Amino acid sequence: MTSTLLLVLAVFAACTVEAVEALTIVLAAGVTRGWRSTIEGAAAALLVLAALVAAFGPALIRYVPISVLRLVVGGLLLSLGLQWLRKALLRASGLKAKHDEDAIYRREVARLSGLPRPAGGRDATGFVISFKGVFLEGMEVVLIVLSLGLSSGRLGYAVAAAAAAVVVVTAVGLLVARQLAEVPENAMKLGVGLMLVSFGTFWSGEGAGIRWPLADGAILGLIATYAVVAFVAVRFLQRGRVVAPPSPEPA
Amino acid sequence: MTVAAALRAFGRFWWDFLIGDTPELAGGTLVVIVIAWAIAHGPGALVVCFPAAVVVLLAASLWRGRRG
Repeated sequence: MTSTLLLVLAVFAACTVEAVEALTIVLAAGVTRGWRSTIEGAAAALLVLAALVAAFGPALIRYVPISVLRLVVGGLLLSLGLQWLRKALLRASGLKAKHDEDAIYRREVARLSGLPRPAGGRDATGFVISFKGVFLEGMEVVLIVLSLGLSSGRLGYAVAAAAAAVVVVTAVGLLVARQLAEVPENAMKLGVGLMLVSFGTFWSGEGAGIRWPLADGAILGLIATYAVVAFVAVRFLQRGRVVAPPSPEPA
Repeated sequence: MTVAAALRAFGRFWWDFLIGDTPELAGGTLVVIVIAWAIAHGPGALVVCFPAAVVVLLAASLWRGRRG
């Protein structure tokens, strides 16, 4: 039960972070290129992402032995989680510029405003920008959903958590009619990184044949251990840092 | 776009996605999984070595990030 809750939280938070970044691009494309093509591009990307999960999820469960699946996707989860955690720790300690949604939005609006527009009908630029933004941000979520869902045997929960995050971020974005710059993105990235590394350690260990003490309860111990390490790492890295200004670079 | 160019773009996408600017994390993950496999066939108390190896890998990558 606890591991299911942690899994849902991890997927929901990971998907929220990526959805906020995708929303920034979609809003910039919609404002400058028109909403019809932009929404069509975003919807097409979501369909492709959903098709990837539907195609690979059940097939992997059916044809790949669970121990191999846990070893491979656990390793993938561990690698992805370490990337998230590393980036979040460097940002939290001021060694890497924080992700600035406002700056990204302004830059995208300026760039897209300067491109020529068709006289009427659909705008291919708006469609492509929106499709690419949602697809590229969504691919990471697809990998997280598949790896967490498959290794735990709870793919349905992982898909539902990801879908809920997309709905929540889209609804809030539409309600406030702007990009969600106030979302504590780095804190969420740090939390997601901790959970992905913990799940990755747990499942790849199980796949390799390790029998963890406390069974699923070991995940909580791993999260606590890595959280302490993260806290110590930030304190250590903050010594003698040069504070980096906010960056409009993609995450 | 030719098939070769599409394949190159596909390969580049996955390289950037999985390895990117932190090849030490991708390679290090393989090493710690080999360590996990070795631990699984040893005494149960050795299980703590696996998360410890993950911590060492993260610390090494952060050290590299701190300097770079």
